[in-house]
This record gives sequence, C-alpha cells and structure tokens, in this order.
Amino acid sequence: MNKFYIVSALALIALALIGCAAAGTPTPAPTATPITMPTAGPKPTIPPPGELVVMTHDSFAASEGVIKAFETTANVKLKILKSGDAGAALNKAILAKSNPLADAFFGVDNTFLSRALNADIFEAYKPASASNLPAAFALDPDFKLTPTDYGDVCLNYDRAYFQKKTLAPPQTLDDLTKPQYKSLTVVENPATSSPGLAFLLATVGQFGKDKYLDFWKALRANDVLVTEGWEDAYYAKSSWGGKGGDRPIVVSYATSPAAEVFFSDGKLKEPPTGNVLGDGACFRQVEFVGVLKGAKNPDAARKFVDFMLSAKFQEDVPAQMFVYPVMPGTKLPAFFKFAESPKKPAVVSTADINANRDAWIKAWTDAVLR
Amino acid sequence: MKTHRPALLLPLAFLAAFYVYPLAAILQTSFSGDTRGLAELCADAYYARVLAFTVFQAALSTLLTLVVALPAAYIFARYDFRGARVLRALTTLPFLMPTIVVATAFSALFGPRGSVNLALMQFLQLDQPPIQILNTLWVILLAHTFYNFTIVLRIVGGFWANLDPQVENAARVLGANRARTFLHVTLPLIAPAIVAAALLVFIFDFTSFGVVLILGGPRLATLEVEIYRQTVNLFNLPIAAALSLAQLVCTFALMYVYTRLQARLAQPLRLRPQAIVKRKPQRAREKIFVWGYLTAMLVFLMTPLVSVIAASFEDGSGYYAELFINRRGSIMFVPPMEAVRNSLFFAAITIVLAVGLGLLAAYALVSQSRAARILDPVFMLPLGTSAVTLGFGFILALGNLRASIWLVPIAHALIAFPFVVRSLLPMLRSIQPQLRQAAQILGASPARVWREIDLPIVARAVIVGAVFAFTVSMGEFGATALVARPELPTIPLAIYRFLGQPGLVNFGQALALSTILMVVSAAAIVAMERLRVGESEF
Repeated sequence: MNKFYIVSALALIALALIGCAAAGTPTPAPTATPITMPTAGPKPTIPPPGELVVMTHDSFAASEGVIKAFETTANVKLKILKSGDAGAALNKAILAKSNPLADAFFGVDNTFLSRALNADIFEAYKPASASNLPAAFALDPDFKLTPTDYGDVCLNYDRAYFQKKTLAPPQTLDDLTKPQYKSLTVVENPATSSPGLAFLLATVGQFGKDKYLDFWKALRANDVLVTEGWEDAYYAKSSWGGKGGDRPIVVSYATSPAAEVFFSDGKLKEPPTGNVLGDGACFRQVEFVGVLKGAKNPDAARKFVDFMLSAKFQEDVPAQMFVYPVMPGTKLPAFFKFAESPKKPAVVSTADINANRDAWIKAWTDAVLR
Repeated sequence: MKTHRPALLLPLAFLAAFYVYPLAAILQTSFSGDTRGLAELCADAYYARVLAFTVFQAALSTLLTLVVALPAAYIFARYDFRGARVLRALTTLPFLMPTIVVATAFSALFGPRGSVNLALMQFLQLDQPPIQILNTLWVILLAHTFYNFTIVLRIVGGFWANLDPQVENAARVLGANRARTFLHVTLPLIAPAIVAAALLVFIFDFTSFGVVLILGGPRLATLEVEIYRQTVNLFNLPIAAALSLAQLVCTFALMYVYTRLQARLAQPLRLRPQAIVKRKPQRAREKIFVWGYLTAMLVFLMTPLVSVIAASFEDGSGYYAELFINRRGSIMFVPPMEAVRNSLFFAAITIVLAVGLGLLAAYALVSQSRAARILDPVFMLPLGTSAVTLGFGFILALGNLRASIWLVPIAHALIAFPFVVRSLLPMLRSIQPQLRQAAQILGASPARVWREIDLPIVARAVIVGAVFAFTVSMGEFGATALVARPELPTIPLAIYRFLGQPGLVNFGQALALSTILMVVSAAAIVAMERLRVGESEF
C-alpha cells in the first residue's frame, strides 16, 4: 500500500531535516557547544588547543576568569561534563572505565573514596604542590586522588525559632534526643543523599560502631523526619528555607548560614541560621580530583590537577562551591566570616568507611525507616 | 490488512539502537554471568513488598486520575465554551513541573505551616495543623492525579470529541436513561481511548520516581526508587538489574494484555467534525455542571502552580532580574533566555523524532496482525524502563554519542514516542475502511485518499501527540540529568541548579524560572493547538 511509503518518506524527510538542523543551525550555546566544526584552510602557526574533558557532579562551579586563564596557560579547551550528583557521576565514570568519557574526574569525596580506588579508574599523579597539603586531607597515599577542597556537614538551626521559644539551640548530637527538641529535626536519607551519609558517619564517629544505632533509635523515638535529599529537607521541611515547613533543625553544611547571607540580595546582614558545632556533631567531607586511566589528554589532565591546587583556583573555591580550599593560607572571601568551622568534627577512618559504609547504611535503614 | 513492514523499519531501528542495545549492555554487565541479583531478589521479602506497593499505588492512582479527569474529558469533548483552548493548555502545566518544585509548592500549601493549614487552624481554632498528608500514600495519589490529569483529558477528550452524538441521541430516544446510555452506548465506544490513557497513566505511576522519592518520603518505595538507590547509591548493579528486569517484565505483561484488550475493543466509528458535535451549555443544570467542574479542576491543578508564581514575585521582579545577572562570574551561569532556547530546541527535535517515528509505528500497528500484537507492547517498553538503568546503559553502549547533546532529545523521544503511538492508534483504528474504499472507487490516488480521509483525522491525533512530546521534553529532568552532558542546560536543569544551594535568592530564582517554564510552555501549547490541517475541524 502506497501510503505507507508516503508516510515513510515524510518521516525520512523529517529525519533528514533534523540532520540539516544539526549541521546548519547555530546550536543554542555556541560557547558551550561540544561539536567542533572541521576547520578548513591554512594551518595556524601556534598548535591548536587540545581538548580537556573533565567529568564532575552537578555542584561543580568556577569563575569564568579563572577557567579562561587555565585554558590559556595550558593551551586547552576545557569541556565540563556534568554527570548527575556525586554518586551518579562516579558510578558513570566507573562504568565507562574501558572507554573513558573524560580525561579527569573531579568530585570523589572521602565517603566514596574506596569505591573510586577499588574500581581502579585513576592514574597516580602527585602534583608538585602536594607536599604543602595538610596530612589530614591526603587520604590517598598513592595520589591517585588529590584533595582539593573540604566542607563540614553540620546541623543548621533556625535562630528566630529558638529565640521566640526562648529555648537554647542544641549543642550536641545527644541534645537532639531530648524531649525539648522533639519533632524538630530533619535529616537526609544516607542511602540517597551525600550530606545524609556524612551525618550518619558523624554519628558513627561520635557514638562508635556499636552505639550509633542506639542514638538513631532514640532520634526516631524523638520524631526525626527523614527526607530523600537535601533540597527537600532545606526548602520544603525547614522552618526558614522555603515555605510551609516547620522544622528548625536540618542537616546541611556549616557554610549554609554564610550562603544565606550571600544569597539574600543584601537583605540579610546576619545569617538566619546557626550551626550545631559541639564536639563530634559534624562530619568533614573532603573532595578529590584525579586523572582518569585511558585519558586521551593525560598531560592536560595533570595540568588541571596542578591548577586545582593553585592559589587562583583555591581562592575561587569558597564563593563558587561554598567549601573550603585545602591549601593552608588561602585567602577567604569576606562573607565566609559567617561560615563557622567545627573545632572537633567526628572522625571515622577512611579504612573504616571503606569496610562498613554499605553495612551501616543498611543497618540505619532497618533501624530508622522500616 | 497486512503488516506494513517498511513503515516499521525506522522505529525499530531507532529502538534497537537507543533502547535495546544500551539496555542489553547494562544488563549483561550487571549480571556478568552470575544470577546472584535474581537470587537475592527472590530471597528477600522486602522486594516483594516493594513490588506489591508499586502495583497498589499505581492502580489506585490510575483509578483516581480516571475518576477525576473523565468528566473533564467529557466537558471538553462535548461543550463549546470560551477559553477552552487556554484551559486545556493549563491542565498540561503540572505535567512539566519539576517534582522538587511541586514538593515545595505542596509544602507551602499543606505543610505544617503551609497556608492551607494555617488558615484552617485559625478558622477552626485548632492548635495542630489538620492536614497532614506529606510523606503519606495520600500525597502520592494526589500528586499522581495532579501530574497525569492531562493525559486522560487529552487522549480520551480528543477521541470523544469526534464521536457522533447521534448514536447516544438514538439511545435516549429509544428510552434509555442517561446512565444507561453512558454505560451501554458511550462507554463501549470510548473504551479504546480510556484504556489507552489508563495504560499510560498506570505506567507513569508504576515507574514513578520523583513523586514517590520526594513527596512520598523515604519510607515508601517503588521499584524505580529502589533501582535508583541500588544503582546510584549502593552501586549494587546485580540487584538493580534484577529489579529493572522485574519492572520490565511487569510492564510487558501489562502491555500485552492491554494490546489484546484494545484489539477487541477497537471498532470503526462514524467520526464527526467537532464543530458539529459540540454545543454551548444551555440549561442551568448544564451550566452549573460545566462551570462548576471546570472551576474545581482549575483549583485542583492550578493552586500549587499559582503558589509557585506568587512566591516568585514576592520580591517584586527582583528574582527575575537576578536571573540575568552572573553575580559570581561563574562559568556555570545560565542566562535564562539560553535555558529557554535550549529547552525549546530540544523539544522541537523531540517532536519531530517522536511524531515521525510514532506515525510510522502507529500505521504499522493498525493492522492488528500477529506481528503488531507483539510489537505494540514492545514499542511501549521504553516508558516502563528505569531511566537510571537505561542512562547507565547509554554510558556503556553508545561510544562517542555518550557525551553528545543529541542524546538529550533522543532520550526524550524514547519517552515521548509511546505517547504519540497511543494518541494515534485509537484514532487510526476508528477510520472506517469503507471510506477509503469509496474514495478509491471514486478514482482518488492513494496519496489523495490519505490526504482526504486519513489526514484530517490523523492531524488531530498528531497534534495531541506533538503536545505530549513537547511536554515530555520541556519537563523531563531524569533522563537529561542521567546523560553525561556538556553544558547545554535546559530550564529544569537550571531550576535544580538553583535549588542545590541555600539562600532565599536561589529559591526565588528557581521559582521564577519555574514560572517562565509554565508561561513558555503554555504559549507553545496554545500555538500548537491552533494549527489546523485539512478543511474540517477535527
């Protein structure tokens, strides 16, 4: 029957049109388009810039000027491949091991260090400036992964709420299980959320492997609210972030109060929230970068690792990603004065996290959710 | 009619390349020879409970959606009233809202300090918020109905609108009362469209991710949620693959039953142009019903959206102005117009891909041959496949295309394609073969037969399908985020980026962008529905 050929032909034309559109129309963002047009004509005298592909998570950010400067010095064009949240991005990198998607990967944190190292997707590279790194951050002695920044996952609390109730904000994790703080706390599910996992590790560090579940059972009895992710906890359940929520204590980052001031359009002079900074109440996340095995442009990837430790990038980190630079003595932006730092974050060794992470998450799920 | 194999080649090739091959790759890698995953799955009663809950909530959600949306489909099909087009476009908006935005809107309304609860507490002198639905099954049902209302309205309404009312009138004249007429005359006639819509809604609810994950809270899990946890967080691929397979088998079984059912239900009908079918509500009772129902529908679908829009203007136009400023000089800054352009660009390609392939597939499936009976459910499978599994399959299978921007519209088209097929099939099957034969006998060329007989009827279904493809693409977040992509952010991605950081201005900008998403989409949908092909208004 002819009409089917007609329909087929129409569809073919339509498909061809897409092809033309692909080839002919300026794609929406010329600066960010990965399609490089073949350049005809005389060859340039300076070598054309190579391409450096960096795979990372959705929270990666940097200043244009800083990246441009790197591109010029290293003579590369940087392409950023955002690949989902930290966990999803790492898993994709592991799946793509035999045919890597990128040259370098940024955004492995200390809670997933073992997964990255066991999968053996990184090549060892120790940048020259690595000797200046504080020992606490150099968690991979082989330097397959180089630390770049860190941040503390802490409980934020609503200052106005506690003032109005003339109730002292909690100081420690133990406080959360007291009757006066009943039904006030929101935590994220450690099985689905990076700050959620960090907070679970804080409780393991603070109470020990044998006792942390007792704390969680007490917290459950005190009507803790669990959300899947940070966004929902902060914007739908907290008493300050969005609307309609009524919980004044939320697991977030120690820098969140500073970010509240920064992102208030000049309306806030003081952060609306504070941090629970008692000993062992926070967990420190360290983020790493590494050169991927099988990288097409390993030289540029190594330069990128160097660059992330350079003063230029380190100074850029706080205002872009709201984390602290790892290099000692790096200048911090003014608004970071509102970002408090816990004196004694909880400590769980990387080896311990490696060995028990999944078991702890499972035990937590059974104790708190089921 | 025989199966039209040439027409099938393109859609089959598309599915083979972008669905079957990546899926096979990820399943093979996940199992890598051992069946531990399957064994673990069967051994742990937890997974059986997850499956049971997944089916239960999907069935209940689908039923609720049908009950709420069918009267609206009737009103849009049978009555001629001012603003119908705009109203119908508005019903589409929930479908494209990012879940996290809907979650904040639900919280703003029904949260413990949400406006509805505060008002009720004041009004009824209560000291506890009376509505506590967040993180319960109720909010899942509510949200699924909110999201999928438009599917039923469009697919059933679109079909119903061309049904000849003479048949019903005849039944009434012969003494059947209203209920009897509906049950015995109307219902059997519109059944194919109802079943098609119900199937789509069920599959959406069955593979529901964001709604269950965010609104339902961590205690309630569907298969899709469990697959996501196992894949992304625990990286337990054998279990994830086993769950994906279970989900796939369920979907296929459902589709197979459906295909058989639909083949039995479908019948050639006398379709009529809408202009003849529709009339203005005249009697007082009619007016009350029509306007009362429409008002209730608007309140249900629009209140959360209006609360988003209202909150986006809380700072005057401040949040909108802020969208245009790259305050931190970030390379990740997305000018809002660029996000709009990217979204529209991807949506346009998705429409062409999904409608082109969908037309071919639908024509090939009309015949209901043995091949069609197997292929019809196969074509629906992408909708019932876990997005995260398929996304990981892309990484393994698609080589250099993996980091290409073209993967975004391809992923969107995979989801939109089944919608187009489902919108088209009931219409195509209802065309009376005698009409075509008559035209042929009268000397019309096959092309002319298609233009005069098929096109006017098909065109309407195509527009329904195109609107779905557009909506899927504009609102899709999961697949977009799962594809490793260079910087060509869509509106939903930009919204998520703002919601990833603390601070009122970020929240405000996310809501402002959500508002822009609604306005742009509503305008585009109204424009698409104004398109008319052929002479009569079908």
